[in-house]
Amino acid sequence: MDHGTVIEATKAVVTLDVALPGIIWGWMITLNMWAKSIGTGVILVGAFLLYRHKKEDMPNLRWLMPLISFIALNVFLLFTLVDLHQPLRMVNIFLHPHWTSAITVGAWMASLFTGLVTLMALIGALDQFPDCRRHCGIAKAVRAKSGLYEKIFPFVVFLAIPVTLYTAVIMAQSSARELWAAPAELVQMLMAAFMVGSATLLLIAEKWSAEARKDLAMVLALSVFFSFLMYMGEYFFSYKASEIEATIAYVHSGGSYNLQFWAAMVLGYIIPFFIAMGSLREENRTMMKFAAVTTIIGLYLAKSTWLEIPQMIPLS
Amino acid sequence: MKLGFLVDLNLCMGCKGCEIACKVENEVPLSSWRLRVKYIDIGSFPDTSRSFTPLRCNHCENAPCERICPVSALHYLDNGIVNIDSKRCIGCAGCMMACPYGAIYMDPESNTADKCTYCAHRIEGGMMPACVVACPVEANIFGDVEDETSHISRYIMEHQGAVQVRKPEKHTDPKHYYVGGGNQTLNPLAHERIEGYGLFNNITHLDHVGDPHHSILDRFIAPIFGGHNDHLKNEGFVDMSNDVETHDKKEGGH
Repeated sequence: MDHGTVIEATKAVVTLDVALPGIIWGWMITLNMWAKSIGTGVILVGAFLLYRHKKEDMPNLRWLMPLISFIALNVFLLFTLVDLHQPLRMVNIFLHPHWTSAITVGAWMASLFTGLVTLMALIGALDQFPDCRRHCGIAKAVRAKSGLYEKIFPFVVFLAIPVTLYTAVIMAQSSARELWAAPAELVQMLMAAFMVGSATLLLIAEKWSAEARKDLAMVLALSVFFSFLMYMGEYFFSYKASEIEATIAYVHSGGSYNLQFWAAMVLGYIIPFFIAMGSLREENRTMMKFAAVTTIIGLYLAKSTWLEIPQMIPLS
Repeated sequence: MKLGFLVDLNLCMGCKGCEIACKVENEVPLSSWRLRVKYIDIGSFPDTSRSFTPLRCNHCENAPCERICPVSALHYLDNGIVNIDSKRCIGCAGCMMACPYGAIYMDPESNTADKCTYCAHRIEGGMMPACVVACPVEANIFGDVEDETSHISRYIMEHQGAVQVRKPEKHTDPKHYYVGGGNQTLNPLAHERIEGYGLFNNITHLDHVGDPHHSILDRFIAPIFGGHNDHLKNEGFVDMSNDVETHDKKEGGH
């Protein structure tokens, strides 16, 4: 608005009100979602690779997959806790659960998932390094139950899907933010898991078979393509709902999140797509690693943008 | 029994008596509001008008805040009030993300979510909410919307066609009604909110929600690196001199 000119007859202006809250869910929640995508993504993509290839084609997958997932899930759980205004009361989710809340259901599932992944990581690491803690009683007991790894793996893969998706349901339950529609967010969460799952595994796939790496490139290319397609759909064709249109204005040209949004699109989607497509024809390991890193960075920026822009518009 | 609220915007004169009564009754901390009155100017000089819109929790029958609360801190009372148990709240702010009316805030002193409860404690004792008692023009009407003989039910019947709720498209079924409202007063996207520009204040967005140093990390780090204990005094929450985005442009139009 130009303060130097008269205000149009139909223009309404707020002249006195209280200060509105700014960003409520900020970088910690972004980090939470991003880390969870890595934690579940490596399991989902790892399962896909194990279905398609022999274990011998991916020698370090058995122990590194659950270990990466374990680390990412702990980052996710740590920042979930840290972001609470009353972190010590987190226990109330388990003592007084409210089952209509996706936060509750998600917390229970994520805790179970993390427990199972921890067990897998422990078995995988102790099997990988047989000399480590050789005389430790616990290590001995874990090694004796090594077969448990393969038994619980199908449950972990099954659980990885709802653990990936439940944040989309939380966003859908956030009725005040129309941008976060359940169908779109569910697909975006799944695509995000495949994106960073394949990107992370690409970083440890140096000694894998060429076919396994080719599959990783394919998963990366397809997931970034469909995810990018959905973002572009929202970017260009969001004009059906006024609130979404007002929200998307923050990423449109001139919007305060325009640069961050396009940085996310270029780093997380456009660059990896073309490199992965090129790698399907003729493999370039260095470029694929570069694509993996840009994917991981780009996803963080995309998540951050999409989380924050609906919080910018006034609700009352 | 289903308790509801009706505000006749034709009567409201923006005295903010209800705001103050609410703050005093519920000991609402500085920078936080359970009830607020928003001023909106419409038109161009000299044909301008100013409207006053009291905004509080809508006590929805299908409340998104109750649904998303992971620990049932937000819950329904038998009389329809959406109440909050701050002792159970974990401070996840899910309710703040879910409420389409921006009616929930993070209390900077207790670090828990809080909101208007229609003065449930007063209702229990047979009294009216503090804002109803304070209103000099009886613009706030409160009562049982299921009782067709109640004042609020009769008021709604007398003003059929002019009774509105905010954001009906959200299907929250609010139990807070307005008479004399319009799109420009009830729809937040229909009026402009200019950063750093207002009658008596020049701040429109808070930099943070709740205690600015609420996280576990801060609690560990603060005592070691110089201590952020200003939240205990509730003074540093809104820094009127530093957190302000100022605008040099001159006021125009009204």
